[in-house]
Amino acid sequence: MAEPRSIDIKEQPGFRSIAIICLLVLYVPVLILMIFSLNSGSLVTHWEGVTLGWYGSALRNEEFHNAARNTLIISISATIISTVCATLAAIGMTRVKPWRGLAAAFMVINLPLMVPEIITAVATLSFFALIAGTFGLNFGIGNLILAHTVFCIPFAYMPIRARLEDMDLTLEYAAADLYATPWNAFRRITLPLLVPGIMSGAALAFIVSFDDFTITQLVAGPGQTTLPLYIWNQIRRPMTPEINAISTILLLVSILFVSVSFLIARRRAK
Amino acid sequence: MGIAFKKRVAAPQLPSRSAYGDNRTGTHLPPRAGSLNGVIVPEQPGKNAIEVRGVRKVFGTGENQVAALDTVSVSIRENEFFTLLGPSGCGKTTLLRLIAGFDFPSAGEILLHGQDIAPLPPFKRPVNTVFQNYALFPHMTVAQNIGFGLEMLGKPKGEIEARVAQMLKLVKMEALKARRTSQISGGQQQRVALARALAPQPKVLLLDEPLSALDYKLRKEMQIELKRLQHETGITFIFVTHDQEEALTMSDRIAVMSAGKILQVGTPRDIYDRPAERFVADFIGETNFLAGTVMSKKPGMATVKFASNATIAAGYPEGFDPTGEVTLVVRPEHADLVPDPAKGTIAGTLSNIVYFGTDTHYHVRLDGGENFIVRHQNSRSSPATYETGAKVGIQFEEDAARVLKD
Repeated sequence: MAEPRSIDIKEQPGFRSIAIICLLVLYVPVLILMIFSLNSGSLVTHWEGVTLGWYGSALRNEEFHNAARNTLIISISATIISTVCATLAAIGMTRVKPWRGLAAAFMVINLPLMVPEIITAVATLSFFALIAGTFGLNFGIGNLILAHTVFCIPFAYMPIRARLEDMDLTLEYAAADLYATPWNAFRRITLPLLVPGIMSGAALAFIVSFDDFTITQLVAGPGQTTLPLYIWNQIRRPMTPEINAISTILLLVSILFVSVSFLIARRRAK
Repeated sequence: MGIAFKKRVAAPQLPSRSAYGDNRTGTHLPPRAGSLNGVIVPEQPGKNAIEVRGVRKVFGTGENQVAALDTVSVSIRENEFFTLLGPSGCGKTTLLRLIAGFDFPSAGEILLHGQDIAPLPPFKRPVNTVFQNYALFPHMTVAQNIGFGLEMLGKPKGEIEARVAQMLKLVKMEALKARRTSQISGGQQQRVALARALAPQPKVLLLDEPLSALDYKLRKEMQIELKRLQHETGITFIFVTHDQEEALTMSDRIAVMSAGKILQVGTPRDIYDRPAERFVADFIGETNFLAGTVMSKKPGMATVKFASNATIAAGYPEGFDPTGEVTLVVRPEHADLVPDPAKGTIAGTLSNIVYFGTDTHYHVRLDGGENFIVRHQNSRSSPATYETGAKVGIQFEEDAARVLKD
């Protein structure tokens, strides 16, 4: 990083205009969405005046409460389970003697990233239908947690593995040399140094689960509406700025969560 | 002020905290089977701290097999500053890792005060290491780093604090004990690494090229510092380096290694003045090699004839029987120039004179075609002055020439 770069990217012709176009395309729609959440009229296309009323009605909305509760239950459970699995997998794949099938295991873990989501969704749906039909088992919201955990694992796995691979192995040798048993070396050296990786893995997993639509839409049973599903259902009816308000709340929660985990990770890494 | 150590949770595999293992059953185990928190406490000190017996280390399998260590045996005495010296890839670091327990030998034994430690994991060996890159724990303070080993041994908090304070004083780092290790300089990190490895009072301290990352001046300082620490702690030091000067100045004894073998073990003077093999002579210091023929020999001394028909008495390594064509080694400072070619043992033409301030190197092209360097210490009253192109003779000091094994 300290190495001086000979090319100043800002000096490149067209850099500014391309950058501005990209930023506009990315953020103007979001900005418009946020602005219209404050519209005092009942249309999302025609501006009339400023009000916070739609936020009030969103926060009083029972359906929104249920959807938010479902989303948090699913996302937090899936985040915790997938982060634990990903951490164990990452350690098992970087801190052991190379074993036959290591490459295959890596593939299996990352498969959800490569398989089109709709395929995973249909497969998961048929799988749960099969279990329900054959054994009469239905885990309720557990179905969704399980489905989310599966596709969250690769997202949690990547930053944790990267952190483990960057870590200086001699630190673990040094711990063993100073009489730390493998468990103590892990607890006192590897784990504390791994925390930033685990944090960013968990943050990624949470965000991915939080806004998942495709799989959730297929797997969710009655009464298991999550926030993305709720928003989807609302925009099929005549839209009011309430949906903008709800979307804005969702966005702010995401931004807050990502920022906090980023700041924690940065502080721990120092 | 207090050092914040996390409360130690008793590890489940350690039911007994008695210093010398569990003797409550009444069956008196020999003392060598003792342990402190799982770390072995070796038998009463013998004369050898470490004994390496026929150790082989092979990496890879099948056709890709490489012997990093090829049946090495060496004894390292109690309280000794012992250096493993050799070029990179000679196996010196592999041997150190086997003693530390980061790797296990393919064959052979490693005895610590008579007990075989080769199969033990590193955390059960009373041996500590100073790593080349120091490997300080970045999420801990200087004091926590130094206390880590004691903490893992399950020492009481008060004892740890006292010992850490003592170690901080020993390496003169008291003022920086609360700093993170990323907030101190390379030289200071070096001191912390030393203190951390010395704090648990290991039987043997292993040092893996610990000075290589320091600049010249700091390295010189740390060389003296290391000797002082070894003297003050009385711990056996095993020091790995590729720097022959470092090895000569610091060591009690040196083992010169090459291609997975130990070629010669001896005091710095032995190694320098009486190298047994061409590699040893060449690796350490500057050397002249001369070809000759053995004419006659008596125990320890052979008479060797040069192409010029001049003869010289030369010592040879123990257990070696020099016959026929041999190579002789003569250090540049063990020879002298004489202006009259007839008065020298060998003669040649002065091809180059290189002035170094403290001494001058005279490059002589011998009549036999070989090159020979004579080093002459400069003084205010330097006697003869020579000119390149002049015919000169070379005289050897007594015992200057040695017959090499190969």
